[in-house]
Amino acid sequence: MNYNWDWGVFFKSTGVGSETYLDWYIAGLGWTIAIAVVAWIIALLLGSILGVMRTVPNRIVSGIATCYVELFRNVPLLVQLFIWYFLVPDLLPQNLQDWYKQDLNPTTSAYLSVVVCLGLFTAARVCEQVRTGIQALPRGQESAARAMGFKLPQIYWNVLLPQAYRIIIPPLTSEFLNVFKNSSVASLIGLMELLAQTKQTAEFSANLFEAFTLATLIYFTLNMSLMLLMRMVEKKVAVPGLISVGGK
Amino acid sequence: MRIVPHILGAAIAAALISTPVFAAELTGTLKKINDSGTITLAHRDSSIPFSYIADASGKPVGYSHDIQVAIVEALKKDLNKPDLQVKYNLVTSQTRIPLIQNGTADIECGSTTNNTERAQQVDFTVNIFEIGTRLLVKKDKDGKPSYADFADLKGKNVVTTAGTTSERIIKAMNADKQMGMNIISAKDHGESFNMLESGRAVAFMMDDALLAGEEAKAKKPADWIITGTPQSFEAYACMVRKDDPAFKKAVDDAIVALYKSGEINKIYSKWFESPIPPKGLNLNFPMSDKVKDLIATPSDKPAPDVKI
Repeated sequence: MNYNWDWGVFFKSTGVGSETYLDWYIAGLGWTIAIAVVAWIIALLLGSILGVMRTVPNRIVSGIATCYVELFRNVPLLVQLFIWYFLVPDLLPQNLQDWYKQDLNPTTSAYLSVVVCLGLFTAARVCEQVRTGIQALPRGQESAARAMGFKLPQIYWNVLLPQAYRIIIPPLTSEFLNVFKNSSVASLIGLMELLAQTKQTAEFSANLFEAFTLATLIYFTLNMSLMLLMRMVEKKVAVPGLISVGGK
Repeated sequence: MRIVPHILGAAIAAALISTPVFAAELTGTLKKINDSGTITLAHRDSSIPFSYIADASGKPVGYSHDIQVAIVEALKKDLNKPDLQVKYNLVTSQTRIPLIQNGTADIECGSTTNNTERAQQVDFTVNIFEIGTRLLVKKDKDGKPSYADFADLKGKNVVTTAGTTSERIIKAMNADKQMGMNIISAKDHGESFNMLESGRAVAFMMDDALLAGEEAKAKKPADWIITGTPQSFEAYACMVRKDDPAFKKAVDDAIVALYKSGEINKIYSKWFESPIPPKGLNLNFPMSDKVKDLIATPSDKPAPDVKI
Protein backbone atom coordinates (compact mmCIF):
# COMPACT_ATOMS: atom_id res chain seq x y z
CA MET A 1 0.00 0.00 0.00
CA ASN A 2 1.58 3.27 -1.06
CA TYR A 3 0.84 5.58 1.82
CA ASN A 4 2.78 8.77 2.45
CA TRP A 5 3.61 8.85 6.15
CA ASP A 6 4.14 12.27 7.63
CA TRP A 7 4.39 12.40 11.40
CA GLY A 8 5.19 16.10 11.28
CA VAL A 9 1.64 16.79 10.18
CA PHE A 10 0.54 17.70 13.72
CA PHE A 11 2.78 20.74 13.74
CA LYS A 12 1.52 22.01 10.41
CA SER A 13 -0.89 24.90 10.12
CA THR A 14 -4.54 23.94 9.69
CA GLY A 15 -5.25 27.01 7.60
CA VAL A 16 -7.69 28.22 10.28
CA GLY A 17 -6.20 31.22 12.05
CA SER A 18 -2.74 30.31 13.32
CA GLU A 19 -3.78 26.94 14.76
CA THR A 20 -1.81 23.78 14.21
CA TYR A 21 -3.43 20.34 14.14
CA LEU A 22 -1.96 19.71 17.59
CA ASP A 23 -3.93 22.69 18.92
CA TRP A 24 -7.06 20.98 17.65
CA TYR A 25 -6.20 17.81 19.54
CA ILE A 26 -5.59 19.75 22.73
CA ALA A 27 -8.91 21.58 22.38
CA GLY A 28 -10.59 18.26 21.64
CA LEU A 29 -9.06 16.58 24.67
CA GLY A 30 -10.37 19.45 26.80
CA TRP A 31 -13.92 18.82 25.59
CA THR A 32 -13.58 15.07 26.06
CA ILE A 33 -12.57 15.57 29.67
CA ALA A 34 -15.28 18.20 30.22
CA ILE A 35 -17.96 15.83 28.91
CA ALA A 36 -16.72 12.76 30.75
CA VAL A 37 -16.19 14.34 34.16
CA VAL A 38 -19.59 16.03 34.33
CA ALA A 39 -21.38 12.98 32.89
CA TRP A 40 -19.60 10.83 35.47
CA ILE A 41 -20.73 13.01 38.36
CA ILE A 42 -24.34 12.72 37.16
CA ALA A 43 -23.93 8.97 36.66
CA LEU A 44 -22.39 8.39 40.08
CA LEU A 45 -25.02 10.38 41.98
CA LEU A 46 -28.04 9.11 40.08
CA GLY A 47 -26.64 5.59 39.78
CA SER A 48 -26.09 5.40 43.55
CA ILE A 49 -29.63 6.53 44.27
CA LEU A 50 -31.03 4.03 41.78
CA GLY A 51 -28.77 1.28 43.09
CA VAL A 52 -30.10 1.85 46.60
CA MET A 53 -33.64 1.97 45.24
CA ARG A 54 -33.18 -1.44 43.62
CA THR A 55 -32.31 -3.02 46.97
CA VAL A 56 -34.83 -1.40 49.31
CA PRO A 57 -37.63 -3.64 50.58
CA ASN A 58 -40.34 -1.83 48.63
CA ARG A 59 -41.65 -3.29 45.36
CA ILE A 60 -42.74 0.02 43.81
CA VAL A 61 -39.48 1.82 44.54
CA SER A 62 -37.32 -1.05 43.32
CA GLY A 63 -39.63 -1.52 40.33
CA ILE A 64 -39.07 2.09 39.21
CA ALA A 65 -35.31 1.63 39.42
CA THR A 66 -35.51 -1.66 37.50
CA CYS A 67 -37.52 -0.04 34.71
CA TYR A 68 -34.97 2.77 34.51
CA VAL A 69 -32.09 0.35 34.18
CA GLU A 70 -33.79 -1.77 31.53
CA LEU A 71 -34.77 1.29 29.50
CA PHE A 72 -31.42 3.05 29.54
CA ARG A 73 -29.29 -0.07 29.28
CA ASN A 74 -31.12 -1.61 26.34
CA VAL A 75 -31.29 1.35 23.96
CA PRO A 76 -28.09 2.05 22.01
CA LEU A 77 -26.19 5.07 23.28
CA LEU A 78 -26.21 6.76 19.89
CA VAL A 79 -29.98 6.43 19.60
CA GLN A 80 -30.32 7.97 23.05
CA LEU A 81 -28.05 10.83 22.05
CA PHE A 82 -30.09 11.61 18.93
CA ILE A 83 -33.25 11.55 21.05
CA TRP A 84 -31.75 14.03 23.51
CA TYR A 85 -30.33 16.23 20.80
CA PHE A 86 -32.98 16.21 18.08
CA LEU A 87 -36.21 15.14 19.72
CA VAL A 88 -36.30 16.39 23.31
CA PRO A 89 -35.75 20.10 22.45
CA ASP A 90 -38.72 19.91 20.06
CA LEU A 91 -40.94 18.88 22.98
CA LEU A 92 -40.18 22.05 24.92
CA PRO A 93 -42.59 25.03 24.86
CA GLN A 94 -42.03 27.24 21.81
CA ASN A 95 -40.22 30.14 23.53
CA LEU A 96 -37.90 27.80 25.39
CA GLN A 97 -37.33 25.91 22.15
CA ASP A 98 -36.32 29.08 20.29
CA TRP A 99 -33.97 30.04 23.07
CA TYR A 100 -32.37 26.60 23.17
CA LYS A 101 -31.98 26.31 19.41
CA GLN A 102 -31.10 29.86 18.40
CA ASP A 103 -29.84 31.95 21.31
CA LEU A 104 -27.85 29.30 23.05
CA ASN A 105 -24.43 28.70 21.55
CA PRO A 106 -24.73 25.47 19.50
CA THR A 107 -21.69 24.04 21.25
CA THR A 108 -23.40 24.60 24.59
CA SER A 109 -26.64 22.94 23.49
CA ALA A 110 -24.71 19.99 22.05
CA TYR A 111 -22.69 19.77 25.27
CA LEU A 112 -25.82 19.77 27.43
CA SER A 113 -27.40 17.03 25.32
CA VAL A 114 -24.36 14.80 25.44
CA VAL A 115 -23.69 15.28 29.15
CA VAL A 116 -27.30 14.48 30.07
CA CYS A 117 -27.40 11.53 27.68
CA LEU A 118 -24.12 10.02 28.80
CA GLY A 119 -24.84 10.72 32.48
CA LEU A 120 -28.22 8.99 32.40
CA PHE A 121 -26.94 6.10 30.28
CA THR A 122 -24.00 5.46 32.60
CA ALA A 123 -26.21 5.88 35.68
CA ALA A 124 -28.05 2.69 34.66
CA ARG A 125 -24.75 0.83 34.64
CA VAL A 126 -23.51 2.39 37.91
CA CYS A 127 -26.86 1.45 39.45
CA GLU A 128 -26.23 -2.21 38.69
CA GLN A 129 -22.73 -2.03 40.20
CA VAL A 130 -24.04 -0.40 43.37
CA ARG A 131 -26.82 -2.97 43.63
CA THR A 132 -24.40 -5.90 43.30
CA GLY A 133 -22.08 -4.22 45.80
CA ILE A 134 -24.87 -4.00 48.37
CA GLN A 135 -26.10 -7.51 47.66
CA ALA A 136 -22.58 -8.91 47.97
CA LEU A 137 -22.51 -7.95 51.64
CA PRO A 138 -23.53 -10.62 54.16
CA ARG A 139 -27.22 -10.27 55.05
CA GLY A 140 -26.21 -10.24 58.70
CA GLN A 141 -24.83 -6.72 58.28
CA GLU A 142 -28.25 -5.30 57.62
CA SER A 143 -29.89 -7.43 60.34
CA ALA A 144 -27.28 -6.41 62.89
CA ALA A 145 -27.72 -2.74 62.06
CA ARG A 146 -31.48 -3.12 62.35
CA ALA A 147 -31.10 -4.90 65.67
CA MET A 148 -29.04 -2.01 66.94
CA GLY A 149 -31.92 0.31 66.17
CA PHE A 150 -30.65 1.96 62.97
CA LYS A 151 -33.31 3.39 60.67
CA LEU A 152 -33.26 2.35 56.98
CA PRO A 153 -31.46 5.51 55.72
CA GLN A 154 -28.89 5.10 58.50
CA ILE A 155 -28.34 1.45 57.59
CA TYR A 156 -27.54 2.42 53.99
CA TRP A 157 -25.51 5.51 54.81
CA ASN A 158 -23.45 4.19 57.71
CA VAL A 159 -23.27 0.43 57.16
CA LEU A 160 -24.04 -0.80 53.65
CA LEU A 161 -22.86 1.89 51.24
CA PRO A 162 -19.38 2.50 52.72
CA GLN A 163 -18.63 -1.19 52.32
CA ALA A 164 -20.40 -1.61 48.98
CA TYR A 165 -18.43 1.23 47.35
CA ARG A 166 -15.16 -0.32 48.44
CA ILE A 167 -16.14 -3.63 46.87
CA ILE A 168 -17.17 -2.15 43.55
CA ILE A 169 -14.22 0.16 42.92
CA PRO A 170 -12.77 -2.12 40.18
CA PRO A 171 -16.01 -2.40 38.10
CA LEU A 172 -16.71 1.31 38.76
CA THR A 173 -13.29 2.08 37.33
CA SER A 174 -14.33 0.31 34.13
CA GLU A 175 -17.45 2.43 33.95
CA PHE A 176 -15.42 5.56 34.62
CA LEU A 177 -13.13 4.71 31.70
CA ASN A 178 -16.16 3.85 29.55
CA VAL A 179 -17.49 7.36 30.04
CA PHE A 180 -14.32 8.77 28.52
CA LYS A 181 -14.51 6.40 25.58
CA ASN A 182 -18.27 6.82 25.10
CA SER A 183 -17.89 10.60 25.06
CA SER A 184 -16.74 10.15 21.45
CA VAL A 185 -20.40 9.91 20.38
CA ALA A 186 -20.46 13.69 20.81
CA SER A 187 -18.53 13.93 17.54
CA LEU A 188 -21.74 12.95 15.75
CA ILE A 189 -23.67 16.01 16.88
CA GLY A 190 -20.95 18.47 15.98
CA LEU A 191 -19.23 18.86 19.33
CA MET A 192 -15.54 19.14 18.58
CA GLU A 193 -14.18 16.69 21.13
CA LEU A 194 -11.16 14.48 20.59
CA LEU A 195 -12.63 12.12 17.99
CA ALA A 196 -14.26 14.95 16.02
CA GLN A 197 -10.95 16.82 15.93
CA THR A 198 -9.22 13.63 14.83
CA LYS A 199 -11.66 13.11 11.98
CA GLN A 200 -11.29 16.74 11.01
CA THR A 201 -7.51 16.47 11.03
CA ALA A 202 -7.68 13.30 8.92
CA GLU A 203 -9.96 14.99 6.43
CA PHE A 204 -8.05 18.27 6.17
CA SER A 205 -4.55 16.85 6.04
CA ALA A 206 -5.33 13.54 4.26
CA ASN A 207 -2.97 11.93 6.81
CA LEU A 208 -5.60 9.57 8.13
CA PHE A 209 -3.41 6.99 9.80
CA GLU A 210 -1.29 9.50 11.70
CA ALA A 211 -4.44 11.29 12.87
CA PHE A 212 -6.07 8.17 14.27
CA THR A 213 -2.82 6.83 15.72
CA LEU A 214 -2.41 9.99 17.78
CA ALA A 215 -6.03 9.77 18.95
CA THR A 216 -5.48 6.14 19.97
CA LEU A 217 -2.41 7.09 21.98
CA ILE A 218 -4.20 9.97 23.70
CA TYR A 219 -7.23 7.84 24.67
CA PHE A 220 -4.93 5.05 25.83
CA THR A 221 -2.71 7.30 27.93
CA LEU A 222 -5.68 9.10 29.43
CA ASN A 223 -7.42 5.87 30.41
CA MET A 224 -4.24 4.22 31.71
CA SER A 225 -3.61 7.22 33.98
CA LEU A 226 -7.18 7.14 35.24
CA MET A 227 -6.92 3.43 35.91
CA LEU A 228 -3.73 3.88 37.93
CA LEU A 229 -5.35 6.74 39.82
CA MET A 230 -8.36 4.59 40.69
CA ARG A 231 -6.06 1.81 41.85
CA MET A 232 -4.42 4.24 44.24
CA VAL A 233 -7.82 5.31 45.49
CA GLU A 234 -8.74 1.65 46.01
CA LYS A 235 -5.62 1.01 48.10
CA LYS A 236 -6.08 4.23 50.04
CA VAL A 237 -9.66 3.53 51.12
CA ALA A 238 -9.24 -0.19 51.75
CA VAL A 239 -10.23 -1.31 55.24
CA PRO A 240 -7.68 -3.89 56.45
CA GLY A 241 -9.27 -7.31 56.77
CA LEU A 242 -12.50 -6.35 55.00
CA ILE A 243 -11.59 -7.18 51.44
CA SER A 244 -8.22 -8.02 50.00
CA VAL A 245 -6.60 -5.57 47.63
CA GLY A 246 -4.50 -6.73 44.72
CA GLY A 247 -4.77 -10.39 45.69
CA LYS A 248 -3.13 -10.00 49.09
CA MET B 1 19.06 25.15 -29.40
CA ARG B 2 15.28 25.27 -28.87
CA ILE B 3 14.79 22.80 -31.68
CA VAL B 4 15.95 19.73 -29.73
CA PRO B 5 12.96 19.58 -27.33
CA HIS B 6 10.64 19.98 -30.30
CA ILE B 7 12.14 17.05 -32.14
CA LEU B 8 12.10 15.02 -28.94
CA GLY B 9 8.45 15.95 -28.34
CA ALA B 10 7.50 14.98 -31.87
CA ALA B 11 9.32 11.69 -31.55
CA ILE B 12 7.52 10.87 -28.31
CA ALA B 13 4.18 11.86 -29.81
CA ALA B 14 4.84 9.69 -32.84
CA ALA B 15 5.79 6.78 -30.61
CA LEU B 16 2.60 7.20 -28.57
CA ILE B 17 0.36 7.42 -31.63
CA SER B 18 1.89 4.42 -33.38
CA THR B 19 1.71 2.19 -30.27
CA PRO B 20 -1.49 0.15 -30.13
CA VAL B 21 -3.41 0.56 -26.89
CA PHE B 22 -1.78 -1.48 -24.11
CA ALA B 23 0.15 -3.70 -26.46
CA ALA B 24 2.95 -3.40 -23.93
CA GLU B 25 2.87 -5.45 -20.77
CA LEU B 26 0.15 -4.37 -18.38
CA THR B 27 1.12 -3.02 -14.98
CA GLY B 28 -0.53 -1.87 -11.78
CA THR B 29 -4.28 -1.51 -11.67
CA LEU B 30 -4.75 -2.36 -15.36
CA LYS B 31 -2.97 -5.67 -14.79
CA LYS B 32 -5.05 -6.32 -11.68
CA ILE B 33 -8.28 -5.61 -13.55
CA ASN B 34 -7.18 -7.67 -16.54
CA ASP B 35 -6.07 -10.67 -14.46
CA SER B 36 -9.02 -10.71 -12.08
CA GLY B 37 -11.63 -9.78 -14.68
CA THR B 38 -13.24 -7.41 -12.17
CA ILE B 39 -13.05 -3.72 -11.38
CA THR B 40 -14.18 -2.32 -8.04
CA LEU B 41 -15.92 1.04 -8.10
CA ALA B 42 -15.98 3.14 -4.95
CA HIS B 43 -19.14 5.19 -4.59
CA ARG B 44 -20.96 7.34 -2.00
CA ASP B 45 -24.42 6.86 -0.54
CA SER B 46 -25.73 10.40 -0.20
CA SER B 47 -23.79 12.78 -2.43
CA ILE B 48 -26.81 13.89 -4.42
CA PRO B 49 -26.72 14.07 -7.45
CA PHE B 50 -23.13 12.91 -7.86
CA SER B 51 -23.08 9.45 -6.36
CA TYR B 52 -25.88 8.15 -4.19
CA ILE B 53 -28.13 5.22 -3.59
CA ALA B 54 -31.64 5.83 -4.85
CA ASP B 55 -33.39 2.50 -4.47
CA ALA B 56 -33.35 -0.82 -2.67
CA SER B 57 -30.93 -2.40 -5.14
CA GLY B 58 -28.12 -0.65 -3.28
CA LYS B 59 -26.44 0.29 -6.56
CA PRO B 60 -25.22 3.84 -6.94
CA VAL B 61 -26.57 6.37 -9.42
CA GLY B 62 -25.59 9.92 -10.24
CA TYR B 63 -23.52 12.23 -12.41
CA SER B 64 -20.16 11.00 -11.15
CA HIS B 65 -21.37 7.43 -11.30
CA ASP B 66 -22.35 7.78 -14.97
CA ILE B 67 -18.84 9.03 -15.67
CA GLN B 68 -17.50 6.03 -13.74
CA VAL B 69 -19.64 3.70 -15.87
CA ALA B 70 -18.33 5.34 -19.04
CA ILE B 71 -14.80 4.75 -17.76
CA VAL B 72 -15.58 1.06 -17.25
CA GLU B 73 -16.95 0.82 -20.80
CA ALA B 74 -13.77 2.39 -22.16
CA LEU B 75 -11.61 -0.01 -20.11
CA LYS B 76 -13.58 -2.96 -21.49
CA LYS B 77 -12.60 -1.85 -24.99
CA ASP B 78 -8.99 -1.03 -24.06
CA LEU B 79 -8.43 -4.39 -22.39
CA ASN B 80 -10.62 -6.24 -24.87
CA LYS B 81 -12.65 -7.66 -22.00
CA PRO B 82 -16.32 -7.19 -22.84
CA ASP B 83 -17.39 -9.30 -19.86
CA LEU B 84 -15.49 -7.28 -17.24
CA GLN B 85 -17.29 -7.70 -13.90
CA VAL B 86 -18.13 -4.61 -11.86
CA LYS B 87 -18.07 -4.68 -8.06
CA TYR B 88 -19.30 -1.83 -5.89
CA ASN B 89 -17.75 -0.58 -2.69
CA LEU B 90 -19.52 2.04 -0.60
CA VAL B 91 -17.11 4.59 0.87
CA THR B 92 -17.46 7.53 3.24
CA SER B 93 -15.41 10.69 3.31
CA GLN B 94 -13.19 9.00 5.91
CA THR B 95 -12.69 5.67 4.15
CA ARG B 96 -12.40 6.74 0.54
CA ILE B 97 -8.66 7.48 0.50
CA PRO B 98 -7.41 4.40 2.42
CA LEU B 99 -9.65 2.03 0.44
CA ILE B 100 -8.23 3.31 -2.83
CA GLN B 101 -4.69 3.15 -1.44
CA ASN B 102 -4.92 -0.41 -0.14
CA GLY B 103 -6.49 -1.74 -3.31
CA THR B 104 -9.97 -2.50 -1.97
CA ALA B 105 -11.42 -0.22 -4.66
CA ASP B 106 -9.85 0.79 -7.98
CA ILE B 107 -11.48 4.12 -8.71
CA GLU B 108 -13.65 6.51 -6.71
CA CYS B 109 -15.99 8.95 -8.41
CA GLY B 110 -18.20 10.93 -6.08
CA SER B 111 -17.88 14.45 -4.82
CA THR B 112 -14.22 14.39 -3.86
CA THR B 113 -12.41 17.72 -4.12
CA ASN B 114 -9.11 17.61 -5.95
CA ASN B 115 -6.65 19.28 -3.55
CA THR B 116 -2.94 19.20 -2.85
CA GLU B 117 -3.22 17.50 0.57
CA ARG B 118 -5.09 14.55 -0.91
CA ALA B 119 -2.78 14.47 -3.91
CA GLN B 120 -0.04 13.39 -1.47
CA GLN B 121 -1.98 10.14 -0.98
CA VAL B 122 -3.80 9.49 -4.26
CA ASP B 123 -3.78 10.63 -7.87
CA PHE B 124 -6.66 12.60 -9.30
CA THR B 125 -8.03 12.08 -12.79
CA VAL B 126 -9.05 15.05 -14.91
CA ASN B 127 -11.64 17.14 -13.11
CA ILE B 128 -15.25 16.19 -13.62
CA PHE B 129 -17.11 19.07 -11.97
CA GLU B 130 -16.55 22.45 -10.35
CA ILE B 131 -18.51 23.96 -7.52
CA GLY B 132 -18.54 27.22 -5.61
CA THR B 133 -19.00 27.18 -1.83
CA ARG B 134 -22.17 29.14 -1.04
CA LEU B 135 -25.08 29.32 1.39
CA LEU B 136 -28.51 27.77 1.63
CA VAL B 137 -30.93 29.96 3.59
CA LYS B 138 -34.66 30.34 4.12
CA LYS B 139 -36.61 32.67 1.84
CA ASP B 140 -38.29 35.62 3.52
CA LYS B 141 -41.91 36.70 2.84
CA ASP B 142 -40.96 38.39 -0.44
CA GLY B 143 -39.15 35.29 -1.68
CA LYS B 144 -35.74 36.91 -1.11
CA PRO B 145 -32.99 35.19 0.89
CA SER B 146 -33.33 35.96 4.62
CA TYR B 147 -29.55 36.37 4.77
CA ALA B 148 -28.17 37.55 1.44
CA ASP B 149 -24.46 37.02 1.95
CA PHE B 150 -21.76 35.90 4.34
CA ALA B 151 -21.41 39.38 5.86
CA ASP B 152 -25.02 39.16 7.13
CA LEU B 153 -24.20 36.12 9.25
CA LYS B 154 -22.33 37.95 12.04
CA GLY B 155 -23.18 36.44 15.40
CA LYS B 156 -25.49 33.81 13.84
CA ASN B 157 -25.52 30.02 13.93
CA VAL B 158 -24.15 28.60 10.69
CA VAL B 159 -24.00 24.89 9.91
CA THR B 160 -21.60 23.09 7.63
CA THR B 161 -20.64 19.45 7.18
CA ALA B 162 -17.69 18.16 9.17
CA GLY B 163 -14.56 17.46 7.17
CA THR B 164 -15.42 19.60 4.18
CA THR B 165 -13.54 22.52 2.67
CA SER B 166 -16.49 24.73 3.58
CA GLU B 167 -15.81 23.97 7.22
CA ARG B 168 -12.25 25.13 6.88
CA ILE B 169 -13.20 28.27 4.96
CA ILE B 170 -15.96 29.39 7.31
CA LYS B 171 -13.84 28.76 10.39
CA ALA B 172 -11.02 30.77 8.87
CA MET B 173 -13.43 33.54 7.89
CA ASN B 174 -14.86 33.61 11.40
CA ALA B 175 -11.36 33.93 12.89
CA ASP B 176 -9.99 36.43 10.35
CA LYS B 177 -12.97 38.77 10.24
CA GLN B 178 -14.04 38.24 13.88
CA MET B 179 -17.60 37.59 12.84
CA GLY B 180 -18.64 35.84 16.06
CA MET B 181 -20.54 33.13 14.16
CA ASN B 182 -21.36 29.89 15.94
CA ILE B 183 -20.26 27.19 13.55
CA ILE B 184 -21.90 23.78 13.82
CA SER B 185 -20.12 20.88 12.13
CA ALA B 186 -22.75 18.25 11.35
CA LYS B 187 -21.77 14.72 10.45
CA ASP B 188 -23.21 14.63 6.93
CA HIS B 189 -25.08 16.82 4.46
CA GLY B 190 -28.44 15.37 5.45
CA GLU B 191 -27.86 16.23 9.09
CA SER B 192 -26.58 19.70 8.21
CA PHE B 193 -29.79 20.35 6.35
CA ASN B 194 -31.72 18.96 9.31
CA MET B 195 -30.05 21.60 11.51
CA LEU B 196 -31.06 24.31 9.05
CA GLU B 197 -34.62 23.05 8.64
CA SER B 198 -35.13 22.72 12.42
CA GLY B 199 -33.95 26.28 13.01
CA ARG B 200 -30.74 25.44 14.84
CA ALA B 201 -28.83 27.30 12.15
CA VAL B 202 -29.86 30.14 9.85
CA ALA B 203 -27.54 29.18 7.00
CA PHE B 204 -25.90 26.05 5.63
CA MET B 205 -22.58 26.55 3.87
CA MET B 206 -21.59 23.89 1.36
CA ASP B 207 -20.77 23.19 -2.28
CA ASP B 208 -23.54 24.81 -4.32
CA ALA B 209 -24.40 21.65 -6.26
CA LEU B 210 -24.80 19.67 -3.04
CA LEU B 211 -26.95 22.47 -1.60
CA ALA B 212 -29.18 22.13 -4.64
CA GLY B 213 -29.41 18.41 -3.90
CA GLU B 214 -30.40 19.03 -0.26
CA GLU B 215 -32.86 21.73 -1.27
CA ALA B 216 -34.55 19.30 -3.66
CA LYS B 217 -34.92 16.79 -0.81
CA ALA B 218 -36.54 19.29 1.58
CA LYS B 219 -40.12 18.97 2.77
CA LYS B 220 -40.89 22.27 0.99
CA PRO B 221 -38.13 22.91 -1.58
CA ALA B 222 -39.64 26.30 -2.45
CA ASP B 223 -38.87 27.65 1.05
CA TRP B 224 -35.12 27.57 0.49
CA ILE B 225 -32.70 29.47 -1.69
CA ILE B 226 -29.01 29.30 -2.55
CA THR B 227 -27.28 32.64 -2.05
CA GLY B 228 -24.01 34.40 -1.28
CA THR B 229 -20.74 35.07 -3.07
CA PRO B 230 -18.83 31.84 -3.68
CA GLN B 231 -15.98 31.71 -1.15
CA SER B 232 -13.94 29.22 -3.14
CA PHE B 233 -14.17 27.18 -6.27
CA GLU B 234 -13.35 23.53 -6.06
CA ALA B 235 -12.91 20.93 -8.71
CA TYR B 236 -14.19 17.41 -8.16
CA ALA B 237 -12.24 14.56 -9.69
CA CYS B 238 -12.10 10.79 -9.51
CA MET B 239 -9.39 9.22 -7.35
CA VAL B 240 -7.08 6.43 -8.46
CA ARG B 241 -4.02 4.88 -6.82
CA LYS B 242 -0.89 6.98 -6.82
CA ASP B 243 1.96 6.38 -9.25
CA ASP B 244 -0.01 4.25 -11.68
CA PRO B 245 0.33 6.38 -14.83
CA ALA B 246 -0.99 3.74 -17.24
CA PHE B 247 -4.30 3.36 -15.39
CA LYS B 248 -4.63 7.09 -14.82
CA LYS B 249 -4.06 7.74 -18.51
CA ALA B 250 -6.67 5.17 -19.53
CA VAL B 251 -9.19 6.77 -17.16
CA ASP B 252 -8.30 10.33 -18.18
CA ASP B 253 -8.65 9.40 -21.86
CA ALA B 254 -12.07 7.93 -21.19
CA ILE B 255 -13.25 11.09 -19.42
CA VAL B 256 -11.81 13.40 -22.07
CA ALA B 257 -13.55 11.32 -24.73
CA LEU B 258 -16.86 12.04 -22.97
CA TYR B 259 -16.03 15.76 -23.09
CA LYS B 260 -14.97 15.68 -26.76
CA SER B 261 -18.02 13.77 -27.93
CA GLY B 262 -20.40 16.05 -26.05
CA GLU B 263 -21.77 13.01 -24.21
CA ILE B 264 -21.04 14.87 -20.95
CA ASN B 265 -23.77 17.40 -21.76
CA LYS B 266 -26.35 14.62 -21.82
CA ILE B 267 -25.10 13.28 -18.50
CA TYR B 268 -25.17 16.79 -17.04
CA SER B 269 -28.73 17.57 -18.08
CA LYS B 270 -29.86 14.11 -16.95
CA TRP B 271 -28.75 14.84 -13.36
CA PHE B 272 -28.97 18.62 -13.00
CA GLU B 273 -31.80 19.69 -15.30
CA SER B 274 -34.24 16.78 -15.27
CA PRO B 275 -36.19 14.93 -12.56
CA ILE B 276 -33.88 12.56 -10.67
CA PRO B 277 -34.58 9.55 -8.48
CA PRO B 278 -35.73 8.75 -5.87
CA LYS B 279 -38.37 11.50 -5.63
CA GLY B 280 -38.34 12.72 -9.22
CA LEU B 281 -37.18 16.21 -8.26
CA ASN B 282 -35.46 18.55 -10.66
CA LEU B 283 -32.43 20.43 -9.31
CA ASN B 284 -32.71 23.12 -12.02
CA PHE B 285 -28.99 23.74 -11.76
CA PRO B 286 -27.76 24.97 -15.16
CA MET B 287 -24.16 24.36 -16.16
CA SER B 288 -21.89 27.09 -14.80
CA ASP B 289 -19.18 28.77 -16.84
CA LYS B 290 -16.67 27.06 -14.55
CA VAL B 291 -17.96 23.63 -15.54
CA LYS B 292 -18.04 24.64 -19.23
CA ASP B 293 -14.38 25.71 -18.98
CA LEU B 294 -13.45 22.48 -17.28
CA ILE B 295 -15.02 20.47 -20.13
CA ALA B 296 -13.42 22.64 -22.82
CA THR B 297 -9.94 22.43 -21.27
CA PRO B 298 -9.60 19.24 -19.21
CA SER B 299 -7.08 19.40 -16.36
CA ASP B 300 -6.15 17.22 -13.40
CA LYS B 301 -4.94 20.14 -11.27
CA PRO B 302 -6.85 21.52 -8.28
CA ALA B 303 -9.04 24.53 -9.03
CA PRO B 304 -7.01 27.75 -8.62
CA ASP B 305 -7.34 29.30 -5.18
CA VAL B 306 -9.67 32.24 -5.42
CA LYS B 307 -9.33 34.78 -2.63
CA ILE B 308 -12.32 37.02 -2.25
